[in-house]
Amino acid sequence: MSTAQTPLHKVRGMGSSHSGTGHFWHERVTAVALIPLSLWFLYVMLGLAGTSEVTALQFLAHPWNALLMGAFVCFSLWHAYLGLQVVVDDYAHAAGAKISLMLLIRFSVIATGATCLFAIVRIAAL
Amino acid sequence: MAETPQRPVAHARPLSPHMTIYRWPVTMMTSITHRATGTGLSIGAVILAWWLVCISNGPEGWQSFHAIWDTPLGLLLLFGLTWSLVYHFLNGVRHLAWDMGYGFDKRDAERNSVIIFALSILGALAIFAAVWTGHAGYLQ
Repeated sequence: MSTAQTPLHKVRGMGSSHSGTGHFWHERVTAVALIPLSLWFLYVMLGLAGTSEVTALQFLAHPWNALLMGAFVCFSLWHAYLGLQVVVDDYAHAAGAKISLMLLIRFSVIATGATCLFAIVRIAAL
Repeated sequence: MAETPQRPVAHARPLSPHMTIYRWPVTMMTSITHRATGTGLSIGAVILAWWLVCISNGPEGWQSFHAIWDTPLGLLLLFGLTWSLVYHFLNGVRHLAWDMGYGFDKRDAERNSVIIFALSILGALAIFAAVWTGHAGYLQ
């Protein structure tokens, strides 16, 4: 059967949607990672509630805690980015609004993540 | 979708009444709430960044964060975020169960929706109660 598709296009098998199940899959992978990380985050927030900045500094300066907080921030923001993309896809119909919103969300997520990671490194270096 | 932006509509076509006329099933409520709490938690991530920066700024930073968030309005917002996290966590686990093919039965889906609403409210209340009854702060 003759076809207009190039072999590469056929192999990728994504058709006119331009993307496959990548979005769905990454949303699930980050969700699974966030199950233990969210429980750990809740344990930390409860444990630090009503304490002093010295306690928080000492806790977050510990390498394992700094790493876990960094992982929580990265997976949360990655998951948030994918989720907000679905909201924009569903409610913003004009191409211009869609692209503008997605750029705004992408930049905000990167800025928030960079700020968190910088603060975590700064706490560890204090 | 009433309008397609690429192609201006020449005549306003009649629409069947949809959103406004039907009783909202509880599964629809959980779906919309999952999206709303997820969006709220995205804003919560910015507050987490704020908190981490304040801690890295030492005692004055800690004070400045508490001056804003340890207030009635601040605590109300933090309670909302706490509930959002518990809800999104529980309903997220349900999404993963759906991905594996469990819980699609109509009766199960409705019962689980009610359970998740109840558990998330109880969970958020329990977290705040733990703080107020002195069961928190154990990392000191």
